[in-house]
Amino acid sequence: MSAVLPTVKSAEVGAQRIVFGVMVAFFLIGPALGMYPVFLMKVMCFALFAAAFNLLIGFVGLLSFGHAMFLGTAGYVCAHAAKVWGFTPELAIVAGAAAAGLLGLIAGLLAIRRQGIYFAMITLALAQMIFFFCLQAPFTGGEDGIQAVPRGKLLGVLDLSDVWNMYGTVLIIFLAGFLLIYRTVHSPFGQVLKAIRENEPRATSLGYNTNRYKLMAFVLSATLSGVAGATNALVFQLAALNSVHWSMSGEVVLMNLVGGLGTIFGPVVGAFVVLAMENYLATLGFWVTIVQGAIFVLCVLAFRRGIIGELGRLIRKPL
Amino acid sequence: MTEIFGIPTQALFGQLLIGLINGSFYALLSLGLAVIFGLLNIINFTHGAQYMMGAFVAWFLLNKTGIGYWWALVIAPIAVGIFGVIIERTMLKQLYKLDHLYGLLLTFGLALIIQGLFRNEYGSSGLPYSIPSQLTGGQNLGFMFLPNYRAWVIVFSLAVCLSTWFVIEKTKLGSYLRAATENPELVRAFGINVPRMITLTYGFGVGLAALAGVMAAPIYSVNPLMGENLIIVVFAVVVIGGMGSIMGSIVTGFGLGIIEGLTKVFYPEASATVIFIVMAIVLAIRPAGLFGTQK
Repeated sequence: MSAVLPTVKSAEVGAQRIVFGVMVAFFLIGPALGMYPVFLMKVMCFALFAAAFNLLIGFVGLLSFGHAMFLGTAGYVCAHAAKVWGFTPELAIVAGAAAAGLLGLIAGLLAIRRQGIYFAMITLALAQMIFFFCLQAPFTGGEDGIQAVPRGKLLGVLDLSDVWNMYGTVLIIFLAGFLLIYRTVHSPFGQVLKAIRENEPRATSLGYNTNRYKLMAFVLSATLSGVAGATNALVFQLAALNSVHWSMSGEVVLMNLVGGLGTIFGPVVGAFVVLAMENYLATLGFWVTIVQGAIFVLCVLAFRRGIIGELGRLIRKPL
Repeated sequence: MTEIFGIPTQALFGQLLIGLINGSFYALLSLGLAVIFGLLNIINFTHGAQYMMGAFVAWFLLNKTGIGYWWALVIAPIAVGIFGVIIERTMLKQLYKLDHLYGLLLTFGLALIIQGLFRNEYGSSGLPYSIPSQLTGGQNLGFMFLPNYRAWVIVFSLAVCLSTWFVIEKTKLGSYLRAATENPELVRAFGINVPRMITLTYGFGVGLAALAGVMAAPIYSVNPLMGENLIIVVFAVVVIGGMGSIMGSIVTGFGLGIIEGLTKVFYPEASATVIFIVMAIVLAIRPAGLFGTQK
């Protein structure tokens, strides 16, 4: 791994720019190609969620198995703010993201005290606690969730009940979040994160307070997951229990595994593939779970680089 | 009616009993996880599904072949243990050289497959499994009514836990196991077949889960979903206890079951979350867990 040096070769940046262009073009003309806009908005929300998750697993080496707690909490807070407090959509999303960030700070302070497998188990257990909280708390609506959330007018002007206004907003949020993650990964801060992933004792010996870096990455990942969850709640006008369930935490792991852990574009491709498969299999009962499990097994045993990872290896450039 | 702290004793002891029963399952499951983790360095996410499979094997035996509870206690752990051995030989074995997290992801995927298949076949409503005739009825202890079957579950799982502790800590076989946990290469150099030991250890841990499943069948009914939430609680139990010590898993398992039972009496709203709250407190004060040692 030579990734510790903060220089990025121009050829690599070139390839990544092309793929980025393809991605933006895909989401711009996707609806024109007959893809259902609500589906594409869901893909963008989950692509942002998966990319935020990848910031931890791919660049710090921390496997969180409870990321649904940030997605779900932000969804509930955003929905509550928009519906009960009458927040405008941008403020509702900020409120949701702030709640997720705060939860990330608390969960992170506890979870980074242990590493590896323990980290995964702790985040999973904390997320399960949030699940039961959301099941019982008065404002979440229990099994029903918060329904009929008004999308409202963005900045008081742009009516988001129009599907194309909503689509454009989601696209901008997704791209902003994606670029923020890209920038973070390639910043000096991101280089320290990679150093911690490769050799934590060495990063410590170089004078870095590794726990503080891990916590910052965790809070950033939680906040961006919150942005994704809040936006998703506005798209579907719904905040429901399935977004805080452990299976959602598993799903975001699967998206990254399919797309490629530690790649830039893997989470986006993974989110698309996993959601498209779910759509396709939705009528077949619990086959979705079985197929997801089978993909997990297959990826771990034979396809650990994921789609984008393999593609990057083929053209010998990191994507 | 007698009361303690304004709670009827009947309700208090009733919940304490349920707590002890849950604690028995926590102890058996976290013990299996700890034994597997010790040697394989993976967290077995399939543990909950294997617990569920144990209950289903017992149900199959009773309803398809007429073989009752007592034989199921022997057959189900062996059958599910063999299933575990096959998984270890064909899949887990390939992951030992990789990051331990891949083991977690693989077993998570397997759990999804197994639970999905059983749900497709049997729905999620649960199948009844009756208490064996020798253990129906109960004892009136004066302050509470103690069903015989529940007493049996507590006594038997305690016995299984303590025998496991004895075998691992006090016998020659156990000393090989502990040595291989510390340094597998060195133990191999002494001519001990460590890969076979790893396989059998996995089978044994999985068998413990299946045994817990058989014991749970008459209490909770046989349900494809019976293991999926339980395993997350058991993970929290493992984090609280720390996986370093066998006795630690047993004590933590029973202790948390009792705490959960008491919470149901005094503050029922928190009964689903109390174990996770205890985990957060333990992490804040003693990150390595109550019985663990920080590496």
